[in-house]
Amino acid sequence: MKKTYLCALAMSVLTFSLPAFSQPHQGGTLNMLVEPEPPMLLSVANSSGSTVKVTAKVVEGLLTYDNSLNPKPLLATSWSVSKDGKEYTFKLRKGVKWHDGKPFTSADVAFSILAVKKYNSRGASTFANVTDVKTPDAYTAVFVLSKPAPYLLAALSATEAPIIPKHLYEGTDIPTNPYNNAPVGTGPFKFKEWKRGSYIVYERNPDYWDKPKPYIDRLVVKIIPDAAARMIAFETGELDLAGETPVPLADLDRVKNNLKLGIETRGYSYGPTQTRIEFNLDNPYLKNLKVRQAIAHAINREVLKSTVWYGYAVDSPTPITPELAKYHDSTPSPYEFNPKKAEQLLDEAGFPRGANGVRFKLVHDAMPYGDGFKRVGEYLKSALGKVGIEVTLRTQDFPAYIKRVYTDRDFDFTNHSISNLSDPTVGVQRLYWSKSFKPGVAFGNGSHYSNPEVDKLLEQAAEEQDPAKRAELFKKFQRIVEVELPDVNLVQLRRLTIYNKRVHDHSIDAQGLNGSLADAYIE
Amino acid sequence: MSEKTLKSIRRVGYALWRAALRALPSVVGILIVVFLLLQMVPGDAADVLAGESGGATADTLAALRARFGLDHPILLQLLAYLNNLAHFNLGYSIRYNASVLDLILGRLPHTLVLMAAAQVVAVFGGLVVGALMAARAGKWTDRLLSLVSLVFYSTPSFWIGLMSLIVFSVWLGWFPSGGNITIGADLHGWAYIVDYLRHAVLPVLSLGFFFLSIYARLTRSAMLEIARQDFVRTAHAKGLHPLRVIVRHVLRCALLPVTTVAGMHFGAMLGGAAVIETVFSWPGLGRLALEAVLARDFSVLMGILLFSSFLVILTNVLVDVLQAWLDPRIKLA
Repeated sequence: MKKTYLCALAMSVLTFSLPAFSQPHQGGTLNMLVEPEPPMLLSVANSSGSTVKVTAKVVEGLLTYDNSLNPKPLLATSWSVSKDGKEYTFKLRKGVKWHDGKPFTSADVAFSILAVKKYNSRGASTFANVTDVKTPDAYTAVFVLSKPAPYLLAALSATEAPIIPKHLYEGTDIPTNPYNNAPVGTGPFKFKEWKRGSYIVYERNPDYWDKPKPYIDRLVVKIIPDAAARMIAFETGELDLAGETPVPLADLDRVKNNLKLGIETRGYSYGPTQTRIEFNLDNPYLKNLKVRQAIAHAINREVLKSTVWYGYAVDSPTPITPELAKYHDSTPSPYEFNPKKAEQLLDEAGFPRGANGVRFKLVHDAMPYGDGFKRVGEYLKSALGKVGIEVTLRTQDFPAYIKRVYTDRDFDFTNHSISNLSDPTVGVQRLYWSKSFKPGVAFGNGSHYSNPEVDKLLEQAAEEQDPAKRAELFKKFQRIVEVELPDVNLVQLRRLTIYNKRVHDHSIDAQGLNGSLADAYIE
Repeated sequence: MSEKTLKSIRRVGYALWRAALRALPSVVGILIVVFLLLQMVPGDAADVLAGESGGATADTLAALRARFGLDHPILLQLLAYLNNLAHFNLGYSIRYNASVLDLILGRLPHTLVLMAAAQVVAVFGGLVVGALMAARAGKWTDRLLSLVSLVFYSTPSFWIGLMSLIVFSVWLGWFPSGGNITIGADLHGWAYIVDYLRHAVLPVLSLGFFFLSIYARLTRSAMLEIARQDFVRTAHAKGLHPLRVIVRHVLRCALLPVTTVAGMHFGAMLGGAAVIETVFSWPGLGRLALEAVLARDFSVLMGILLFSSFLVILTNVLVDVLQAWLDPRIKLA
């Protein structure tokens, strides 16, 4: 016993003291994962999750963000916002070169921002107010806005607003430009090769402006479609680094028991993930507030956190996650776990238990992505069954799910996750704003919720310059939707990065593995 | 080249040509049916792109659909596809942002290697094991091999694949755990081939063993049946060596049903390859087809169907040729 204890002590001393001893070390090959295979390697005209994972290795944004989401200089060295919030001036870094040797200037910035606004599905809304980007000199870019956009500064990362070389894109069809598949940027790694279905290779950019970074000589991004095979690749040492919970949660013990491997939860504050139940408010049962309240009372978040998500989740009964601390409303849910109260509410709503103990039946669609949401669905079936709501689980693949929920609206209630993205105006407003109820558009207002007061609060928050007032508007909005329950917000997920312990400094900012990895090094 | 070989080459070529001509209407028919069936699958490529992006606006969705012609009526889309096909243009992949032909040609060689090697392992292994079982029918060797082949027949190949990875890759470290080459090793010539084969061993065996067990059982029963026939008794009576009787007389006849079934299973193998390619991260066509379905990238899927139907036709012709050679009574039509 004593020996084990000493051993553990020695090991903890060892692990805690290691970072102090080890200096960033040049060289080596880092094998990381991307899954599924990205449609393109650059997020200018495509913002899918896997494209976002690789974009920042080659191209950069004007800004980057620390773990608390404070903007830090990247291609922009300083910036200022005019009093009326309609003009953003960026001073650009001098002496930066594209990978093909051409100099980086403000013309590239103007071209890129307008391209993102036009061709990127998220950029179209984020940069909607940007009417022009002026370039008074080669190292100054001025964004001109029609209306204030206080969320703009949070959306200037490499992945949300990549700065691309104008000289390679001008006059071409941007969504099909071949450089989307073989990007040229200013970033720490140069694109070398993409073997479809297998891997993408990046090589160290020796002329990177932030010397001596990057430390890694070669970055290999592997495409490993099977989750069990990913676990095996970690065990054989063929994979060093993978984010967003790359192995089944049930396999985590194998990771924990492997001395070579570690688990990291930092590096996900840029776009925290909220899980929720979305109701179809056009459903005859679910349009009744008492029924929704009863469902909220029937759900035990402790079970969701500990059993469904294996402890990697935190309470978040509100749409803005605790990760966005400035805006998160921390008052507890008005609907605590209380099945008795749930039954009482269902009785009051006029749905007594029938002869077989069933009040009414609902069909549940879990988002077909990983197995977590299916487990949430199984929990809902049992939890709601206890209060007399018989739930049938239905499964389909991802496109069929999107079409069912958002286009056909042929669903009762669903559970899924949704990213807060860089700011609540970008990531949360779309879910509750009555004007974003547009059948056919995925991950908009799928519940058909409409409350003029909520609309007003969201619209005000989208333009409010004063951070304190803006936070207050968001909190007011949260308290309303928490009570009115167009959805039940469940928990915020703690996504996991699994890494080989020889790799260091991979999750040091808000973007973690989706960032440039310029700081990562191999022991 | 002798007159005879030239003649047989011409015969094979003619058989291929005839088969292709006969198959063409059915290939086109299959493509049309599949195209129409796919339209009934809920969701399109624009839905997937928007879903993967975690949101979109109605405008960007409309722009996407317009860009890829998804907003046209189905019949027009079908005609446009067939028109492209008539010009040997397989179209453009929405999901991969690349030409379908390039995508397929990039994957085809790896799938061919996987399937051809698995087929060779399965047929030769199946014949050897089956012959052994037939020769020892009822004895413990036969029972043991029957049991083993039953296990391989009834175990899903992805499970065999994963277990072989854990044993041979994680524990023993003999073979790499995925992919088809060592990335960045930049190998050439012989070293490249050895590296490729090392990566291929586990996927080939995992895919091949299922079929091996089928062929083994088939060979066993065919050989036992043939062994009872008169000409075998005559051969024995002539005083031929028992091994010679088994190989030259019994096995040769048993090859006919085995090759027939092997040819028929070629299409099934393509389906099995999708699973194996996923488990072993093997960059093949089966996986591409699976991903194309999930992404509703139908031009890729149709392209793969086209190629695989040609592959199946080709194998069937080769099986016909093989059978004509095995049994002179069969004539190439």
